[in-house]
Amino acid sequence: MSVDKIWVLAEVVDGAPITTSLELITQARSLAGTVEAVAWGDATPSVAATLGEYGVTTVHDVGDLGGALPGVPVAAAIAAAVAAGAGPDAVLFPATYDGRDIAGRLSAKLDRPVLTNVVDLIADDGGLVTQHAIFGGTQVVSARFTGEGPGIYVVRAKSFPAEPSGGAPASAVAAPAPDTGATNAARIVARHVEERTGPKLDEAAVVVSGGRGLGERDSYALIEELATLLRGAAGASRAIVDAGWVPYSHQVGQTGKTVKPTVYLACGISGATQHLVGMKNSKNIVAINKDADAPIFSVADLGIVGDVHKVLPKLIDALKSRG
Amino acid sequence: MNVVVCVKQIPDPAAPPALDAGTKNLVRAGKLILDDSDAYGVEMALQLADAAGGGEVTLVSMAPNGETSGLRTALAMGAAKAILVSDDSLAGTDALGTAKVLAAAVKRAEPDLVLAATESTDGYTGTTPVQVAELLGLPSVTFAKKVEITGNSVKVERQTEAGYDEVESPLPALVTVTAGVVEPRYPSFKGIMAAKSKPVEILTVAELGLDAGEIGAAGARQEITQVADAEARAAGEIVVDEGEGHQRVIEFLEQLKVL
Ligand SMILES: Cc1cc2nc3c(=O)[nH]c(=O)nc-3n(C[C@H](O)[C@H](O)[C@H](O)COP(=O)(O)OP(=O)(O)OC[C@H]3O[C@@H](n4cnc5c(N)ncnc54)[C@H](O)[C@@H]3O)c2cc1C
Ligand SMILES: Cc1cc2nc3c(=O)[nH]c(=O)nc-3n(C[C@H](O)[C@H](O)[C@H](O)COP(=O)(O)OP(=O)(O)OC[C@H]3O[C@@H](n4cnc5c(N)ncnc54)[C@H](O)[C@@H]3O)c2cc1C
Repeated sequence: MSVDKIWVLAEVVDGAPITTSLELITQARSLAGTVEAVAWGDATPSVAATLGEYGVTTVHDVGDLGGALPGVPVAAAIAAAVAAGAGPDAVLFPATYDGRDIAGRLSAKLDRPVLTNVVDLIADDGGLVTQHAIFGGTQVVSARFTGEGPGIYVVRAKSFPAEPSGGAPASAVAAPAPDTGATNAARIVARHVEERTGPKLDEAAVVVSGGRGLGERDSYALIEELATLLRGAAGASRAIVDAGWVPYSHQVGQTGKTVKPTVYLACGISGATQHLVGMKNSKNIVAINKDADAPIFSVADLGIVGDVHKVLPKLIDALKSRG
Repeated sequence: MNVVVCVKQIPDPAAPPALDAGTKNLVRAGKLILDDSDAYGVEMALQLADAAGGGEVTLVSMAPNGETSGLRTALAMGAAKAILVSDDSLAGTDALGTAKVLAAAVKRAEPDLVLAATESTDGYTGTTPVQVAELLGLPSVTFAKKVEITGNSVKVERQTEAGYDEVESPLPALVTVTAGVVEPRYPSFKGIMAAKSKPVEILTVAELGLDAGEIGAAGARQEITQVADAEARAAGEIVVDEGEGHQRVIEFLEQLKVL
């Protein structure tokens, strides 16, 4: 399978393409001669300029979805282009909620397999080889498709840098979804946005995360206070998200955010493989845990074996007294 | 209301996982257990069937060697019956192949609602349920943190980056649930005893009417070319806190110019 044309799913949030889509476009530039994007919603004309800056020449605009979840209609639009012979050799999807839905739908529609949880894409022998971090990032698996394309790849956030190439605005072409009948019957009837202050979790230079070792919901205030003092963002393990102590948007890991800050402070977090995949590539890791054998220490540059209820208040006081 | 729950039976995650050196498949030799991620779907199904005033919860699973121990756990929680697809030819099946098998098995139960987890603990491909929905021509709502049935439709709070969306879909539909959607019950002693005699139908690929070329390693049309150790992080410094641990953290942050 030679790779001449790659399509990247350009997911748009608040009127701009998400960073993961820009990361994928950046990488696609080095893998194929032509990089095009697929987008939906009403902001496509204005994001075409940004996408062009990163090297996209054409945006296939599925248009307004009328409240439908993107999975079915966007996959149907891509499948229609493939059937018409105008499709790509590979489609790259960010590993987001909608990205995963569209990739899964497209796979079954086209009867093509998927490679998911991809963390690297390499040109090899005319095709693409993927890399996947498994077992908490201790091993790296390389894989590739052996059959007919297009190849469907779901790629994790922060696998590549996002770098503009100074391209001209992309031209938008309409790629309306064909009628998919009852399959496309799910509708968004209301949206709820949770308030957040401070830097975004996946963009902050410092992330302070808390886990079950905090003991109770109220202790999460220590994490928030420390994060504020360090001008960082507060994160969490899934254990305390599931327990309802903090909203899901704070979760770091396999099913949460992938973060790569200058410093990641893990407080009362054991270091389960699913947590590690979301933070293991942080530049520096500090762990505070009372169990000297906790797996989190195996990735920590600095490990404090101690009680979060003793170490954190002292740390907070010391930082406050520095002003 | 009839609900099908896709439940995966997996090697105990507490045991260190391994890939077979030859086939590069996950080693699934020992006893398999119910994937924790699917316990939420089972509980959700039981509660929804209950709230709807009746109907059956049927489990669907694909697993090697006629494995039923994970299914028995879910039956002990209260599911009525199970369909297990087990066939030597399934070794090496990918997510799409798995979806074809599950879709064929789900169809037999003619459900109003199909539940699955957003992703499994061991393979976490995360696309299988949506592939099942597409193969069955069903609408789907993924990443549910709350599920309700009203009349002939399902109402879901779907997790988003920013918060959540309220999504409605007519039935039949497929919904994937996150951990935390409900608190799974522990099987009671009575439940465990009852589970032993609940029906488990074991089917082969041929009995499902699937073509052998669509499943197994050949059907996967993807291959693992290499497995390597990841670059290990250099061992860090460990300090046992005796009252001054926080000082070392501050020095470290100063060194990094974060302070
Ligand atoms: C499919 C799947 C996806 C998942 N995705 C994610 C994900 O995205 N993110 C994620 O985080 N997890 C995820 N998990 C869950 C993961 O497996 C762990 O269960 C979770 O990360 C554990 O959270 P924790 O470290 O807070 O809790 P625990 O594992 O319970 O660890 C608590 C730690 O706190 C320490 N401790 C206790 N008291 C103190 C104290 N006073 N002072 C200091 N330390 C103390 C303990 O020694 C222990 O190490 C996923 C699991 C599955 C199956
Ligand atoms: C580390 C690793 C990486 C892999 N990467 C890929 C990949 O990139 N692409 C690919 O095609 N395959 C991949 N596979 C193979 C894939 O895991 C298997 O094909 C598997 O059958 C699909 O399941 P999953 O657990 O990954 O599915 P997921 O999509 O994560 O499963 C989601 C949910 O679907 C239901 N479900 C899934 N499998 C079953 C089952 N057997 N019985 C009942 N319900 C089920 C469960 O509710 C489950 O929680 C990988 C396997 C491993 C071990």
